[in-house]
Amino acid sequence: MLEIKNLHAGIDDKNILNGINLSINAGEVHAIMGPNGSGKSTLSSVIAGNETYEVTEGDVLLDNKSLLELAPEERAHKGIFLSFQYPVEIPGVTTTNFIKTAINEKRKANGLEDLPAKDMLKLIREKSELLEMDRKFLSRSLNEGFSGGEKKRNEIFQMAMLEPKLAILDETDSGLDIDALKVVANGVNKLRSKDNAVVVITHYQRLLDYIVPDFVHVLHNGKIVKSGGKELALELEKKGYDWLK
Amino acid sequence: MNKFTEDDLKKELETKEYEYGFYTDIEADKFPVGLSEEVVIAISKKKNEPDWMTKWRLEAFKVWSEMKEPDWANVNYEKPKFQDISYYSAPVQKKKLDSLDEVDPELLKTFEKLGISIDEQKRLSNVAVDIVIDSVSVATTFKKTLNERGIIFMPISEAIQEHPELVKKYLGTIVPTTDNFYAALNSAVFSDGSFCYIPKGVTCPMELSTYFRINEGGTGQFERTLVIADKGSYVSYLEGCTAPARDENQLHAAVVELIALDDAEIKYSTVQNWFPGNKEGKGGIYNFVTKRGLCEKNAKISWTQVETGSAVTWKYPSCILKGDNSVGEFYSIAVTNNFQQADTGTKMIHLGNNTRSTIISKGVSAGKSQNSYRGLVQISPRAKNARNFSQCDSLLMGDQCGAHTFPYIECKNNSAQIEHEATTSKIGEDQLFYCNQRGIDTEKAIALIVNGFSKEVLNKLPMEFAVEAQKLLEISLEGSVG
Ligand SMILES: Nc1ncnc2c1ncn2[C@@H]1O[C@H](COP(=O)(O)OP(=O)(O)OP(=O)(O)O)[C@@H](O)[C@H]1O
Ligand SMILES: [Mg+2]
Repeated sequence: MLEIKNLHAGIDDKNILNGINLSINAGEVHAIMGPNGSGKSTLSSVIAGNETYEVTEGDVLLDNKSLLELAPEERAHKGIFLSFQYPVEIPGVTTTNFIKTAINEKRKANGLEDLPAKDMLKLIREKSELLEMDRKFLSRSLNEGFSGGEKKRNEIFQMAMLEPKLAILDETDSGLDIDALKVVANGVNKLRSKDNAVVVITHYQRLLDYIVPDFVHVLHNGKIVKSGGKELALELEKKGYDWLK
Repeated sequence: MNKFTEDDLKKELETKEYEYGFYTDIEADKFPVGLSEEVVIAISKKKNEPDWMTKWRLEAFKVWSEMKEPDWANVNYEKPKFQDISYYSAPVQKKKLDSLDEVDPELLKTFEKLGISIDEQKRLSNVAVDIVIDSVSVATTFKKTLNERGIIFMPISEAIQEHPELVKKYLGTIVPTTDNFYAALNSAVFSDGSFCYIPKGVTCPMELSTYFRINEGGTGQFERTLVIADKGSYVSYLEGCTAPARDENQLHAAVVELIALDDAEIKYSTVQNWFPGNKEGKGGIYNFVTKRGLCEKNAKISWTQVETGSAVTWKYPSCILKGDNSVGEFYSIAVTNNFQQADTGTKMIHLGNNTRSTIISKGVSAGKSQNSYRGLVQISPRAKNARNFSQCDSLLMGDQCGAHTFPYIECKNNSAQIEHEATTSKIGEDQLFYCNQRGIDTEKAIALIVNGFSKEVLNKLPMEFAVEAQKLLEISLEGSVG
């Protein structure tokens, strides 16, 4: 489904990603781990189309079509979703209004009518229940004054609403307490199907106990230096990254 | 802040498109250009006005002739050539209409395009409409329902005929003819406008609304609005404006006077969408408006405005808080794009004891526009325990526009409490990318962020207006990125 080929990207003169190759099939869960500053968030930003970063070499393909020429919103319409490591605040825009806009924009791009209000409300109710989210968050300004954990839960709520083909969760576990982690992981699992895929970026094995990966990759200096099965994460937890450098 | 309810969501989902780029072909009866005593007399005659009115106009004209156009505002424009303007343009269609069936179908089509249906639908949504197209009120609806409660709502030209005692008593008492250059001009040549009187203790059962529209080229529009809320009464009044695209500058100089007697409340909302000029800054309306209200004891006046149009705006809806415990409010969103210039704000004049005022001003600037807030809070020596809270927020897009704040405070009584807060922010790249990632393109994202920024003010508008206003913000910022 997603094919990353020899991807090089950076900012100004600085190279951050130095030849990444990764192939993700529908139905799979991939975990990406690696030390701080190794390029995990940059990789997610580049896949999502953040123009801050310049792609200097290589390609990213979704269903055999290159994404690189597409604007971020077009990629989103094709089913790419990024749960941000640092979600931004939008004052005055309620979560409900924001997600409603997002959904209808996606529908419009795919030639569909706006979702009728009744269905929208039903969907919001259903998904906020799935994530055991207090409904009062829905009428608050998006992420404004949310705690770290609340922001992350809100990201996954949006993912649940948008039902993406490929979801990239960038350190969604950081900031979540133990109970919240379970709820959120459970939410992600419920959304998994044979048609979509999930990339989980994390520093900790704990999340992978709940969202069990098919593959684990280690990123270092903008390159994948090791790939393996879910055991690799356990090994990393024990040994750290030094042995891979 | 209001909670976003499920009902709001439903309402919002029903929003429809909004477009104004059209011109109606109605025959217009237009005066030759130029201004003189003769023209003033002719206007008065045309409207069959009583002598006192003609005299009043002539005095105003005399005052105006001796005045200079002000230039203290933070705006630059070519001064209108007052002798090149036609001071009267009425759709040819003289006879009084009793029902809508008699209205020119072309005109009705215009109303439809404007989204104002003067039919049962509006009755359901509780809006009575008075429409000033070019200069003459064409149709006033729901007179009957209002009549039953003794509410007078009619074109001011009719009020001069039918209720001269009320007009005579209040006209020019809040904005005297000598007040300023444009107010004097308006007093001399005003063509029409709305008049509204709410009797003692009556709560007006529907929103009253006027739609102003400039149609004819080379004309000026000078409406005069007078709203009187008698003791203990309440009225909510809406004013909407549109003008078709033209590449000449057109002059608009209105005067609005509000009088809230003891314990009365007036809520006055404006959505101003006059043609702002094109991308190169050509054309557009010069909007020089004087709006002022007087509050007697325990009265309240609340101005809410959404200003997105006009090439140059010069406008300071103000409150004179004369009575003890009276309350003045000003909620404003001013959006400028391309080459628009806005200098807008308010004056809160605290005369009575325990008077309170609130000012919330939101300025959004894009393109090469200039957006200024100018506000005066004045506490007189005998106003004990007056309070004011002011908040001025500016949002900038790009680096070629300007936002300016000129808050003036004159406090002559030290029991007063005055608070002023101001912020300036920019739309962040990270906010835009976040929206983009969720499938919302940059233009829409900006609209969303601007709506969020303006929320405190949008929330003050009556629901049916709020939705339109949101759309309007979106439209006026189109093409502001890139
Ligand atoms: N916008 C930017 N400007 C300058 N440097 C950047 C920018 N974005 C990323 N970098 C640099 O690129 C490198 C990779 O950063 P990135 O955020 O991708 O790391 P990460 O693997 O996600 O780290 P962490 O585990 O701490 O989240 C870092 O050295 C970072 O400082
Ligand atoms: Mg990171």
